[in-house]
Amino acid sequence: MLDTQPEEGYVTADGRKIGGVAMEMKNITLRFGGVVAIKDISFDIRWGEVRAIIGPNGAGKSSMLNVISGFYNPQEGEIIYKGYKRPRMRPYQVARTGIARTFQNIALFEGMSVLDNIMTGRLHHMKANLFQQALWWGKASREEQENREKVEKIIDFLEIQHIRKTPVARLPYGLKKRVELARALAAEPSILLLDEPMAGMNVEEKEDMCRFILDVNDEFGTTTVLIEHDMGVVMDLSDRVVVMDYGKKIGDGTPDEVRNNEEVIKAYLGVAHE
Amino acid sequence: MPDTLLFAMEATLNGLTAGVMYALVALGFVLIFKASGIFNFAQGVMALFAALTLVGFQSGQIPFSHLINAIFGTRLHHFGWNMPTLLAIPATVAVMILLAILIERFVLKHLINQEPIILFMATIGLAYLLEGVGDIMWGAEVKALDVGLPKGMSDTVDELTFNWFGYGFFIDRLELWAAGIAAVLVASLTIFSQYTKQGRALRAVADDHQAALSVGISLRFIWVLTWSIAGIVALVAGIMWGSKSGVQFSLSLIALKALPVLILGGFTSIPGAIIGGLIIGVGEKLFDFFMQPIIGGATENWFAYMLALVFLLFRPQGLFGERIIERV
Repeated sequence: MLDTQPEEGYVTADGRKIGGVAMEMKNITLRFGGVVAIKDISFDIRWGEVRAIIGPNGAGKSSMLNVISGFYNPQEGEIIYKGYKRPRMRPYQVARTGIARTFQNIALFEGMSVLDNIMTGRLHHMKANLFQQALWWGKASREEQENREKVEKIIDFLEIQHIRKTPVARLPYGLKKRVELARALAAEPSILLLDEPMAGMNVEEKEDMCRFILDVNDEFGTTTVLIEHDMGVVMDLSDRVVVMDYGKKIGDGTPDEVRNNEEVIKAYLGVAHE
Repeated sequence: MPDTLLFAMEATLNGLTAGVMYALVALGFVLIFKASGIFNFAQGVMALFAALTLVGFQSGQIPFSHLINAIFGTRLHHFGWNMPTLLAIPATVAVMILLAILIERFVLKHLINQEPIILFMATIGLAYLLEGVGDIMWGAEVKALDVGLPKGMSDTVDELTFNWFGYGFFIDRLELWAAGIAAVLVASLTIFSQYTKQGRALRAVADDHQAALSVGISLRFIWVLTWSIAGIVALVAGIMWGSKSGVQFSLSLIALKALPVLILGGFTSIPGAIIGGLIIGVGEKLFDFFMQPIIGGATENWFAYMLALVFLLFRPQGLFGERIIERV
């Protein structure tokens, strides 16, 4: 293991506080029929850090993210989250434990406005029951108001005020990605999972997204796990990096450590696998 | 004012109220289609089943009494009480919610991620099953349904129009009530879906399952909710149609009349269902009024379908439906 950071937490060079372990993946193995997508992988995620998962295509990065967000249930291994072993859960239950995510191919509610999309991120923060809502009783409307204010803050933060009433289907790709990030942030997640947040973006959009991810982490101290192909971006953004190849973990550590890891270099230079 | 114009106006008014009755049925279809992309073939049978259950509760019928009698040789038929309507309606609502839960548990849950056409086939099966269960539970004979809604000619309309035009219009009071109830129903459904948490969740599930899961929405709960609402709308339609023409098997066939309404209004639009219903209601009354002398009567039986065919040719997404865009 290349992980050399102290257990109880530390302060990064740019002054952000990184805490103890938020989530620990222990010997995760995920199979689809005979295909092993993830093979006995262990790593941890610390409070407040930006943790990247990188690797060549088909390495199992997205599968890993799907395991964390509960979309896939691994056949072996366990996930320790906030100090407890997480039982087998459905994706929506995982979401309610404070894990928000975005998708590689954007999964927004295309027919709904930007504002409505982001409001769905707050659904499990709203407690009024069905009858109160049906009758629009005090609690329901007060709740709507409070949540609306939180959402407006996020809209300001991500600079999407001008499109808040626009139906999502009409937005260009880069803005859709930003709306998806906004929806995930609206949930005030303990852990934010980003699946290729910069895929398919132009340089300018990438720079914006980079800035937002860093700002979010800075401002809200959001623990962020991201998958990204652009190595420059990954090295700039992340505190620690997990490297996967063919479903196995081949490296784990700070960007510098990973850069100099022989196996990682091999995987990226395309040395033939035996 | 010439008589023809007056008669045409009366026919239009009658068409409007009849249209509301069609819209009530179409509404149930739209709700489920919007929330789950399923065309629910069983909607008409659900209306029949709801009406049967309501009558059964009202008259204190023992459910499955024929079956019980056949097996045990007993002669059960009634509990010997009459449940007041105000109690029987909530009880029927409870049954419709239970039905939604059962449908989710035994049908939908096993068909997650299947093609819409497969779910559609499942609802055809559901329609036949429900029809049979309704018969076994409550018996197949024609029943009268009376929930205390006024019936017969509306004197107010008659008097008013007589004072204005010198000719009193005939409007069924039941249909006026149906219009009022439909308006309330649509208003509350719209508010629910636009401004509440569950309404938003409902729209979210209709839009994208994966994204809905990722924000913590339980698909199963939303499906039960949708089918419950559709069940309640079916009950309203069942009450209206049942009061008008009795509770019998043909009640489930009103679903067929809803089809052209949906094609006109678009499968995804609640206002579309209303307007489509009104157009068909007015259209068939006026068509009958003007064409009867030329081509004979009973045009009401086919006019709606012909109109739907025309729409399918020129505007397949309906008046208010989402435009169908195929991206290649």
